[in-house]
Amino acid sequence: MTIKGHVWKYGDNVDTDAIIPARYLNVSSTKDLAAHCMEDIDPAFAASVKKGDIIVAGENFGCGSSREHAPIAIKGAGISCVIASSYARIFYRNAINIGLPILESAQAVREAKKGHELEVQIEAGTIRNLTTGKTYRTAAYPKFMLAIINAGGLVGYTKARIEERRRG
Amino acid sequence: MGQTLAEKILSAHTSDPVRPGEFAQVRVDVALANDVTAPIAIREFEKIGTGKVFNPDSVVLVPDHFAPNKDIKSAAQCAIMRNFARDQEISHYFEVGKMGIEHVLLPEQGLVLPGDVVVGADSHTCTYGALGAFSTGMGSTDIAVAMATGEIWMRVPETIRIVYTGVLQPWVGGKDLILYTIGKIGVSGALYKAIEFAGQAIDALSMAGRFTMANMAIEAGAKAGLFAFDDKTRTYVDQRATREYTPYAADEDADYAATIEIDASLIKPQVAFPYLPENTRPVSEAGNIPIDQVVIGSCTNGRVEDLRVAAGILRGKAVHASVRCIILPGSQQVYLDALREGLIEDFITAGAAVSTPTCGPCLGGHMGVLAAGERAASTTNRNFRGRMGHPESEVYLVGPAVAAASAIAGRITRPQEVL
Ligand code: SF4
Repeated sequence: MTIKGHVWKYGDNVDTDAIIPARYLNVSSTKDLAAHCMEDIDPAFAASVKKGDIIVAGENFGCGSSREHAPIAIKGAGISCVIASSYARIFYRNAINIGLPILESAQAVREAKKGHELEVQIEAGTIRNLTTGKTYRTAAYPKFMLAIINAGGLVGYTKARIEERRRG
Repeated sequence: MGQTLAEKILSAHTSDPVRPGEFAQVRVDVALANDVTAPIAIREFEKIGTGKVFNPDSVVLVPDHFAPNKDIKSAAQCAIMRNFARDQEISHYFEVGKMGIEHVLLPEQGLVLPGDVVVGADSHTCTYGALGAFSTGMGSTDIAVAMATGEIWMRVPETIRIVYTGVLQPWVGGKDLILYTIGKIGVSGALYKAIEFAGQAIDALSMAGRFTMANMAIEAGAKAGLFAFDDKTRTYVDQRATREYTPYAADEDADYAATIEIDASLIKPQVAFPYLPENTRPVSEAGNIPIDQVVIGSCTNGRVEDLRVAAGILRGKAVHASVRCIILPGSQQVYLDALREGLIEDFITAGAAVSTPTCGPCLGGHMGVLAAGERAASTTNRNFRGRMGHPESEVYLVGPAVAAASAIAGRITRPQEVL
């Protein structure tokens, strides 16, 4: 899968209340959540994000609550991929489970600026900054996670496992 | 090489013994969701197509975040969960009037036990590590899968051991220990890892204090925060357990990713400044921070022991004229115990408002939301931007003693200053 989009850049410890404030958690539709994505740290985001854009952020992205509403809001806003230096673990697994591509590369993060254009190859784990011309390699996904990603997320993966067991 | 407590418990719930870094399918004893996370979990559960949950006695559903229903949208969310609980004949669904904040409620009702693996669609599910259970927060889709199959995928975490030596100073409790620790190791200090809390100060700590510490393990990025099973755990659990349980202990030669020693006798009452739980300092060095609101309660400090500490300070005193002081008992049982002990009367006489159990203001939901520019001292666990209301409001995290003292003084202060 190849992804191309422009960068929205954020710092370290972007928490789940920043991604989707808890006061909006009395709804669960993707559209309603996307409308408030990043509202408290970047009020312009939801209105101006373009389909395919990429979020680039520092350490511990998605720290805080377990709300799957966070990756749902990001995906719903049209973001095609998140690249961060590191992730909070619940956010990481939520993103994998719902099929939001997510990569780790501290160097790509350091050298990307807001508005840069990136091209990302998920399987190969490469990030190309088309604005600067530099290429970065990320660690490959463990086999187990790739199986979830290839099944389109955890629900697809689980259905296939149940089916397999049924057939013995 | 021996195993840590986390590795022991997980190995007892997988087909083969596990080592850190491995991916494993883990059997779960309890799967939990609340009114915010259950609607998405139910939507995903229906896509999986098993029709029925793997065991209706092992699923726990608690409407606590926006319940009693805050508005029409929350009412709809709660209704989705209520109907699912009815259709699936879930035995542990807690209606308003019987419910509490999930992480106070489940241990109190004997639903989570030592040696269990518990997964919850709520990040503070790590609270049950206080009982010597491996419990961790996940997303809604994970819980959908756990509800359908009774299993979940996990990457086995490495463990950091934190040893607290010494005897605690007056007015220092579990909240101060954990705030101090997060200040020391940072909000990503235990990322992807489990923590084992140990040492003389931990042995002496009450179960309530241990729940407070395990609760905030996630604020250091940890997957779980565990305590060894001892006589205190046994006394707590044996009055409540609804089924058999197996306590586990770490091996003497267990392999830890790191061991951190903290001299707990040097720790003073702590406060975490906005907007991260790691921005801690001693209250004595906080400077002059006037406050508009005090919140005492939540899954972090909403147990009767916490209310006892707060009431002991507020008794016979008055909440400062410019402060709204809100008390949130963690469950109906805590409320009733506090009532019988006379604590509720202490609060009301001092000019505090006592709420029915709910998450309410902890997540800026209802029952005490902050306006722009307002400040709260709160015994909750997160002080992110906008957590209790307007993005320009501020939350200072403290323990119940400092919260009560601050309510009287109208600014963040130590108990010694008002007594
Ligand atoms: S009291 Fe706060 S932290 Fe605890 S479960 Fe409720 S919202 Fe979450």
